[in-house]
Amino acid sequence: MPKSLVKSGAVIDGYTIGECVHAGGMATLWTVTHPGLDVPLLMKIPRVSEGEDPAAIVSFEMEMMILPRLAGPHVPTCFGTGDFAHQAYVVIERISGTTLYKRLPDLPLPYDEARQLVARIATALADLHRQNVIHHDIKPSSIMFRESGEAVLIDYGLSHHNHLPDLLQEEFRLPYGTAPYMAPERLSGVRDDPRSDLFSLGVLLYFFTTGERPFGEGETLRAMRRRLWRDPHPPRSLRADYPPWLQEIVLRCLEIEPVWRYPTASQLAFDLAHPDQVKLTKRAERLKRDPLSVAWRRRFNLGVMAPRAKSDVAAQIASSPILAVALDTVEGAAELNEALRVTTERILATLPSARLACVNVLKLNRIAIDRTLDEQGSNKHIDRLVALRHWATPLKLDESRLSVHVLEAVDPAAALLEFAEVNQVDHVIIGARQSSFRRTLLGSVSAKVASEASCTVTVVRPPRMAGDVGDAGAEEAAG
Amino acid sequence: MLLAVFSDIHGNRQAFEACLKVARAKGAERFVLLGDFVGYGADPEWVVDTAMELVAQGAIAVRGNHDQAVNSSAETMNAEAQVAIEWTRGRLDTSQRRFLSDLPMLVEDSDRLFVHSEASSPQRWHYVRSTVDAAKSLIATPAHVTFCGHIHRPALYSMSVTAKMTSFTPKTDVPVQLLRGRQWLAVMGSVGQPRDGDPSAAFVLFDTESCQITYCRAPYDIATAAGRIRDNGLPHWLADRLSQGR
Repeated sequence: MPKSLVKSGAVIDGYTIGECVHAGGMATLWTVTHPGLDVPLLMKIPRVSEGEDPAAIVSFEMEMMILPRLAGPHVPTCFGTGDFAHQAYVVIERISGTTLYKRLPDLPLPYDEARQLVARIATALADLHRQNVIHHDIKPSSIMFRESGEAVLIDYGLSHHNHLPDLLQEEFRLPYGTAPYMAPERLSGVRDDPRSDLFSLGVLLYFFTTGERPFGEGETLRAMRRRLWRDPHPPRSLRADYPPWLQEIVLRCLEIEPVWRYPTASQLAFDLAHPDQVKLTKRAERLKRDPLSVAWRRRFNLGVMAPRAKSDVAAQIASSPILAVALDTVEGAAELNEALRVTTERILATLPSARLACVNVLKLNRIAIDRTLDEQGSNKHIDRLVALRHWATPLKLDESRLSVHVLEAVDPAAALLEFAEVNQVDHVIIGARQSSFRRTLLGSVSAKVASEASCTVTVVRPPRMAGDVGDAGAEEAAG
Repeated sequence: MLLAVFSDIHGNRQAFEACLKVARAKGAERFVLLGDFVGYGADPEWVVDTAMELVAQGAIAVRGNHDQAVNSSAETMNAEAQVAIEWTRGRLDTSQRRFLSDLPMLVEDSDRLFVHSEASSPQRWHYVRSTVDAAKSLIATPAHVTFCGHIHRPALYSMSVTAKMTSFTPKTDVPVQLLRGRQWLAVMGSVGQPRDGDPSAAFVLFDTESCQITYCRAPYDIATAAGRIRDNGLPHWLADRLSQGR
């Protein structure tokens, strides 16, 4: 392999090398400039000389394959790569600011700050997983934030791309990565499960809210293996004021079996965005770890980590969508709401990990000041939440898969579209207004949602009756 | 230059035509034919004539075990393949048979190697079923990329400088860059008799500048190809398996 050509002032493939801004164990980072590119650029160059860790080369090959395929605000834009035949490098945009590692002295963070921070990272992870990539090295030093607020995930040297050869699959006898954050299944060589990233993010959330790492800092295989059978101390045992909803989220991320974690990063982001909607289970109440008898059973009864089928990132995400059903609980015709329930039930039947958000828009008057209380003095907002839950009861969904939301807005369609966007909803189910004078006058909410949403939209109508000319009642916010 | 690589056409005219059409539409500039032009399918004459024309225009072609069996009864094959090969022998004229027998076992082109079965002992027609088989082939050649077929199931293997292997089942239409730092063994699916569960015809595009390989599929008129097999009195299983892709 040729000797490195890199020094300040040198030119490689049109990139002029500036200063070295970081020299890590695997690679060095240099500022570079290129005529025609007026964004700040970084060139990453692997350490490949004699005696260096061969892992550095393989990791770099993975980055060279994966980075040029990634897009969007949650990854650094890649501008070019250079081959090992001449000088291996990748050129990426230089993201200003520092990594989350710099926040370590501030730990523990206030709960709400940590919640918002991790929600942004979960959103970034969801976007990465949708691009068929599992990061496999989620930790504070792999995370940056754009000035616009989006989390950016950096460092793809340990990543897995579901559509590309995994060069790391047989490279290392021991699992390679950052021990305190590594998911237990990684210890048995599993590299194709996106929920491994959710475990790492759970470690980060635990650490950022308690100031302690759930599995310590041990780097030895023995220390890492403990997490296969020993659960972490519940955060509430470390901080008495730890919110139950937060413990529920953290411990769900840290479940030993991937299947007990959140099915997707989007669903985790959803819970972090709606802490009041988190379904509390026994996890939320725990003050102690599992008794030793349980831990020992896990340790010696190796039903845990049973052999598993190869998983497919895209299939995993597709089977666990977030559905939103828009309902008019007040004036909606019973038959339209029934048709919505039948359609929702059919969609849910094929998707055992889907979660459902039932949404109602409380329409505000454009001019008059709205009152929270109706004529009878009962709270409209709460009434509607109750009605939404009532509508969903026959679906018999586990509560951790169901949430109800009342949005207050002047423009129902805009409110639904925003809800779908912010919560990464994959599929909106909405009832159509029947042909009526009011639709002609007001325009159709479902038509606007269907045409402007960035996700799939199913528009539902009640079964057609002979001679039926429509029901003016099936309108209002959900129509 | 964009290469289109076809393997295991096996006398299936409809499948080969469909692949050629898609490859040309995608801008293929040079064709590579990895052997097994005949056997199983009912149009060996058309396939061999087409291959001869393509070679005359600069295509690379190598010999497969079925091509060899046409001219030699020494090749051992299963019963159905044997029936098909004896039928094929009667269909080909002297020049077509000579074309097949004159084909080279392997062709080296720049840092690429083309061979029907694998590179360690091409005349023994070993299948590449695992990373161990792939490693044997990769160790036998300095080529950056070896292209082979024979097993009718697409796969992509690599070997690092420290002789660590990777295996991968390629995704259709997703280009993969074959990095320079390692050696690659690209196993083609079959044009004329796919066996990986997808009945559509398989081929590969390879960009020699960017070193990107793309595994492609072309749907084709299976009913006609299967009908021709039945109408010519060949074993029915050879027709049935086409629609099942196995």
